[in-house]
Amino acid sequence: MTNSWTDIRNTDLVVIMGGNAAEAHPCGFKWVTEAKANRGAKLIVVDPRFTRSASVADIYAPIRQGTDIAFLLGLINYCIQNDKVHWDYVKAFTNATYMVKPGFSYKDGLFSGYDETKRDYDKSSWDYLLGQDGFVVTDDTFTRPGCVWNLLKGHVSIYTPEMVERICGTPKDKFLKIAEMVAETSAPDKTMTSMYALGWTQHSKGSQNIRAMAMLQLILGNIGMRGGGMNALRGHSNIQGLTDIGLMSNLLPGYLTLPNQKEVDIETYMSTRGFKPLRPDQMSYWQNYRKFFVSFLKSMWGDAATADNDFGYDWLPKMDLPAYDVLRAFELMHQGKMNGYFCQGFNPLMSFPNRKKCTVALSKLKYLVVMDPLETETSRFWENHGEYNDVDSSQIQTEVIQLPSTCFAEDEGSLTNSSRWLQWHWPGGTPPGEAKTDIWIMGQIHRRLKALYEAEGGPVPEPILNVRWPYADPENPHSEEIAKEINGYAVEAVMDPADATKVLVEKGKQVLSFAQLRDDGTTSCGCWIYSGCFNEKGNNMARRDNSDPDDAGFYSKWAFSWPVNRRILYNRASADLTGKPWDPSRKVIAWNGEKWEGYDVPDIVPTAKPDVVGPFIMNPEGTARLFTRGMLRDGPFPVHYEPFESPIANPIAPNVRGNPAARVFKGDLEQFGDSKDFPYAATSYRLTEHFHFWSKHVWPNAMAQPEFFIEISEQLAKEKGITSGGWVRVWSNRGSVKAKAVVTKRITPLQCDGKTVHIVGIPLHWGFTGAAKKGFGPNSLTPYVGDANIETPEYKAFLVDIEPIVQSVS
Amino acid sequence: MTIMSNPLTKDFPTTFSEKDLVRRSASTVKPPAERLTEVAKLIDTSKCIGCKACQVACLEWNDLREEIGVNHGVYDNPTDLTPASLTVMRFTEWINPETNNLEWLIRKDGCMHCEDPGCLKACPAPGAIVQYSNGIVDFVKENCIGCGYCIKGCPFNIPRISQVDHKAYKCTLCSDRVAVGQGPACAKACPTHAIVFGTKEEMKQHAEARIADLKSRGFANAGLYDPPGVGGTHVMYVLHHADKPEIYAGLANNPRISPIVELWKGATKYAGLSVIAAFAAIGFLHHLVNGPNRVTKDDEKRAKRLAEGRSP
Repeated sequence: MTNSWTDIRNTDLVVIMGGNAAEAHPCGFKWVTEAKANRGAKLIVVDPRFTRSASVADIYAPIRQGTDIAFLLGLINYCIQNDKVHWDYVKAFTNATYMVKPGFSYKDGLFSGYDETKRDYDKSSWDYLLGQDGFVVTDDTFTRPGCVWNLLKGHVSIYTPEMVERICGTPKDKFLKIAEMVAETSAPDKTMTSMYALGWTQHSKGSQNIRAMAMLQLILGNIGMRGGGMNALRGHSNIQGLTDIGLMSNLLPGYLTLPNQKEVDIETYMSTRGFKPLRPDQMSYWQNYRKFFVSFLKSMWGDAATADNDFGYDWLPKMDLPAYDVLRAFELMHQGKMNGYFCQGFNPLMSFPNRKKCTVALSKLKYLVVMDPLETETSRFWENHGEYNDVDSSQIQTEVIQLPSTCFAEDEGSLTNSSRWLQWHWPGGTPPGEAKTDIWIMGQIHRRLKALYEAEGGPVPEPILNVRWPYADPENPHSEEIAKEINGYAVEAVMDPADATKVLVEKGKQVLSFAQLRDDGTTSCGCWIYSGCFNEKGNNMARRDNSDPDDAGFYSKWAFSWPVNRRILYNRASADLTGKPWDPSRKVIAWNGEKWEGYDVPDIVPTAKPDVVGPFIMNPEGTARLFTRGMLRDGPFPVHYEPFESPIANPIAPNVRGNPAARVFKGDLEQFGDSKDFPYAATSYRLTEHFHFWSKHVWPNAMAQPEFFIEISEQLAKEKGITSGGWVRVWSNRGSVKAKAVVTKRITPLQCDGKTVHIVGIPLHWGFTGAAKKGFGPNSLTPYVGDANIETPEYKAFLVDIEPIVQSVS
Repeated sequence: MTIMSNPLTKDFPTTFSEKDLVRRSASTVKPPAERLTEVAKLIDTSKCIGCKACQVACLEWNDLREEIGVNHGVYDNPTDLTPASLTVMRFTEWINPETNNLEWLIRKDGCMHCEDPGCLKACPAPGAIVQYSNGIVDFVKENCIGCGYCIKGCPFNIPRISQVDHKAYKCTLCSDRVAVGQGPACAKACPTHAIVFGTKEEMKQHAEARIADLKSRGFANAGLYDPPGVGGTHVMYVLHHADKPEIYAGLANNPRISPIVELWKGATKYAGLSVIAAFAAIGFLHHLVNGPNRVTKDDEKRAKRLAEGRSP
């Protein structure tokens, strides 16, 4: 989230699209209810199904799954056509006035530079026109056709309300009503908040779904504002922590990136991470990259990391591919190239697409280690459970090692929620049986591997042997010790850059924040964005003061919000070029003539003059990007692409199947079905009664939603002779499931491009372990294709067929 | 004392006892010297998202286990109240004829805690159903005879008889929690504050603000459900369509205690008593006229033969 859960109560308009907050985030949804009850805020829900969120919305509009970009670009087009633009904000705080290279173009669904054989772009034309001074050329009058604003205006012009209706199936009057409500928030004293989740990410163009809304929010001037922002609702209590701490195959903690194999030394690595400002006087905060990176290396290898050995740079793994994401991991397993798998807090057999392929892949492993508090399906993938897991155990040789771990309520540590709040928690119970904390398990794996290396040697032992391990009990590190490492400390005394005789941080003391980190090896920090969480003031994550001056919604003394306890990112953008808040009744920070002050920690140097330094300090431009240069693989603007399995051809680019830069493996391409054989548009989702595949192990949750079902409209039920509560079979080109049918008015057939599109909804909470009735998951059906940028599988839009099961099933 | 302020700040008695009773089934009670403040639970259907946290909290607090059922083609699970599920969510898909828009009406069903409780009136077992002076209607299991008359007496079809111990069960409004100054478990668990608990007056005021908000959003008939036919209730609803409570999964429109129960406890009761009295009087008259029945020698003989298994 750019903002926080508590800030949602400050909004005028909530848009829930690409998510279902009431259903999947019922506790956070209370802030929507607060905004409605206390501010008279309105709630818009756009979803293929009339969801629980829709049940309390002011307006609901249906949309065909996988067409959000058309809807959102339609909204941008509406705002531009009707002059509902926060002009002062757009001109000052975005790259609207910047000139783009003349070589850039877009035609028939493709941008300049596409290579069909590689399914990839040469992105060199997707950039700014630079002047002699090295800065971007701008057109402050919006008269030149190559400026970002004019390119955008042209790009979105095809997304008329009629086109939106044709692609999305959203009735035009509903779309226009919503557009009108959204456009109202272009006023400086009105804000809209976007709440989204996996309904936007789990598509072959997931990143662009989110970008499209971010662009709309910029045009409306809603970023950095109270009650505004882009608010990703994270699906697990600590999934924000997972990404922050770098648990993606290509990331290091704090969104630093792993080197690739061409980056043979630290200087080569740093040469593409210089982040020289693209406009005069801008902060370009990533210029500090080296400080964060070297401090990270020091936290990994301590005294062994020295200037002479590039602080252990050689010991970092080097990527030979852009990412080893889950789809690639299972593809490699399937090819027999990955032989061992550690599975921690994860249930791939039910979570990853094309379950059949997952089962084959797991069966080819030599060993599988599962760390989990529960008996997951993955840990039992080899066990025959009749039709629910129809495997021949005798043919599976994989050795499975189950390591029972504690659950969150049995250990101590911090969880990072969607608001970016690191909240410390304490054990509420003793772990049962042999269960151990994940820290103990990981620590023991390290200790024992190290002992093996010491005893037997081996190639490149340094990354293991040199790991800094300063814990009081080396066999069982305490979570507080790890938190302190993450915060960072002074390896040597850190001197004040303004006065070389003055000691800023004494040797051995915790640093106050990442502002004190250095690139010369004198500081150590495990995750720079978390720095400040456990400094000399103590464990700031454990703070529990819920005071909130002027009911502004910041709660700045509650826990710790990264970065540096900032509650609203880009909050400099909440004030105009003189430093006055756009909406005085919802001040965040303001310029007092000398410095920025207010409710929140300013997201800018406190003395940076308001008319000089731009608010988007992480970009070398200092502004936000309506045109994203080469940052995304599939285009500097979003484009509507159909899902890879779609009931219709793309009305705006009939020859392009799916996102042209989405990642598809060879063998999976043949497994896509088309609408002749699989006429119905399916989608998958969560229900409020359950949490993924966990809560089906819990009796009351299993009671509340006991059995796997699918949802269809009354019209489709009639057409197929399906009765509510009866059994049906649903199948795709990859697999088949048996389910109960829920026939409902909440799903209606949509008219898309002249065709009736029926939707089949498939919730995901059942499996063959736990207390609930045995059932299937949607991943028996879903296609193996990932988003172009982050490889999230396309779970939200695929094709199926359906039929009633006539004979009774016991 | 709404659930918003937790921990609660006002003083409460630590338990409810005989002295707090205003009604006791099949018995008379002395009115309490001091009445407790009337309490109420307010369920705002316009804030409810149907998450069933209340259902689960109810099972957990009361340490009850509902069976894991099957899917019946609806979101309601279980599909009806049971001796374990003292509350259930009822989901209704309703097309508003005025707007032609779908509305998904979700109502938490359970005991309404009527001011004039039909169950208590119908109950023949002394002390099996009681009403405290704060308005809570409670079942006292030890005194229950499992006759099921409470179900007949209830205008909302709430109590359920257990097949295991043949006793009647329903929501207690967490009288054990309320007695120590806590709100009901369902209200505590509700993530959107759709369920709030406090004094009946506070709840009515809270409802007024909610109704004003709903009216501003176009729900012209939004209102409070506090039906006068049963003297008002200590569980109330905010409804978007208060003029049509029946669309909320058959919520009773103008509920009243069944006339049979009213008769049973009213005219019939006295008529019955007078019949009993009449027979007693006839018996006494018979005694006066014919004297007491006496056992003859023949009677003794016949009895002896009967006892020995021979024909008398």
